[in-house]
Amino acid sequence: MLRGIDLTVNPGELLIVAGPNGAGKTTLLRILAGLMRPTAGSIRVFGSDLRTDPLRRADVGLLSHQSLLYDDLTPRENLEFAARLYGLDHRSERAGEALAAVGLTDRARDPVRLLSRGMVQRVAIARALLHGPRVLLLDEPFTGLDVPSSRRVTEVLAAQLNAGTAMVLVSHNLPEAWTLASHVSVLVRGKWVIDEPRPADRDAFLARLHTALDD
Amino acid sequence: MTDLIRLAWAIAAKDLRVEMRSRTAIVSAVFFAALVLAIFNFARAPGTVSQAMLAPSVLWVTFTFAAMLTFNRAFALERENAALDGLLVAPIPRGALFLGKYVANLGFVFTVEAVSFPLFVLFFNVSLGDALPSLLLVTGLATVGFVAVGTVFSAMVVRTRFADLLLPLLFLPFLVPPVIGAVQVTTRLLDGRPLSEVWGWLRLLAAYDVVFLTVCAMVFPAILDE
Repeated sequence: MLRGIDLTVNPGELLIVAGPNGAGKTTLLRILAGLMRPTAGSIRVFGSDLRTDPLRRADVGLLSHQSLLYDDLTPRENLEFAARLYGLDHRSERAGEALAAVGLTDRARDPVRLLSRGMVQRVAIARALLHGPRVLLLDEPFTGLDVPSSRRVTEVLAAQLNAGTAMVLVSHNLPEAWTLASHVSVLVRGKWVIDEPRPADRDAFLARLHTALDD
Repeated sequence: MTDLIRLAWAIAAKDLRVEMRSRTAIVSAVFFAALVLAIFNFARAPGTVSQAMLAPSVLWVTFTFAAMLTFNRAFALERENAALDGLLVAPIPRGALFLGKYVANLGFVFTVEAVSFPLFVLFFNVSLGDALPSLLLVTGLATVGFVAVGTVFSAMVVRTRFADLLLPLLFLPFLVPPVIGAVQVTTRLLDGRPLSEVWGWLRLLAAYDVVFLTVCAMVFPAILDE
């Protein structure tokens, strides 16, 4: 259960939410995405409640810890279907560009079920970014990625931040995107135990994090 | 309205495309229908019950149980990789989701019925005479309603652990009116009676369609909320 959570993320900012397994990170992300109703409190995305204003969902991109993809369709078909849901024009071109951005043009016509875990994750990232969301919610985006792919995804996220996208990234550890973050919060048993601007010294923060988790 | 139909068609087309690739629902439903028809035909002791008395009931039991297999698949497909979340975070009205799933299910069930019906005629040696157009009418009327109910219940059970078990338990009671109506009409039509003799049953089927299509479209958004 989440209690006393209060957060604001401005355009061009990345909030990292860290915490151990079961802390409530995914629940928080699902509530932010409008997939779950909070028992109390409210969520505003550019002033609108996603649950009462469905069209504002177009402002949000979600990368879940599952891929949201159809295994029997190809990456290109998955992205073109997502483009239809978001009412985008030039769907084929946009799908091609999104796949190129994550380096998967050559696997665009293979069924998703034939792709490796890392490739599926990259297609899922392309899907989350396809409609140019102003808010990006990321659940463990680096899971299953090798070092070059992690670097590529970090570059993609940096470009999104520069374009003014607001991001919330949840992870059970401090991810590769640490240097991009403007704010770090640590969630334990549904409550913030650390909530502050990102410190420069990651190792010192890690030491404090371990102390907080031990308590 | 145009957007609703466009989005619904995108969802239905995606379901049909996935089914064309995997052939999970259609093949299992058609195989199931053929098995049921064969078993009822060969397991019946000759002379105990006439084919004519048995045939309509067997036909509709086959149609509805085979349809249930396709309903199980409809939202199970969305459970894989949490694809349903991808639909729910998209800026689409829940009504488009219902309509898309409904149209896809209708396509699957009509396909199963189109394949099963010739097998039924073959196994039960049914003489259709001039009754074929009327039989198509009653099949369409009954199917339109119960597919709406099946679509809603398949969405309702998709997040449960025992979806395959729960769906028949919830769905079967709602099948009673259309199956009784369809069996009554089919019996008379196969007996060579005119359509005018079964207007009452056809009106019941049409009323069931209107009521349950409306109710299902209204409750569907609430079912998907967490």
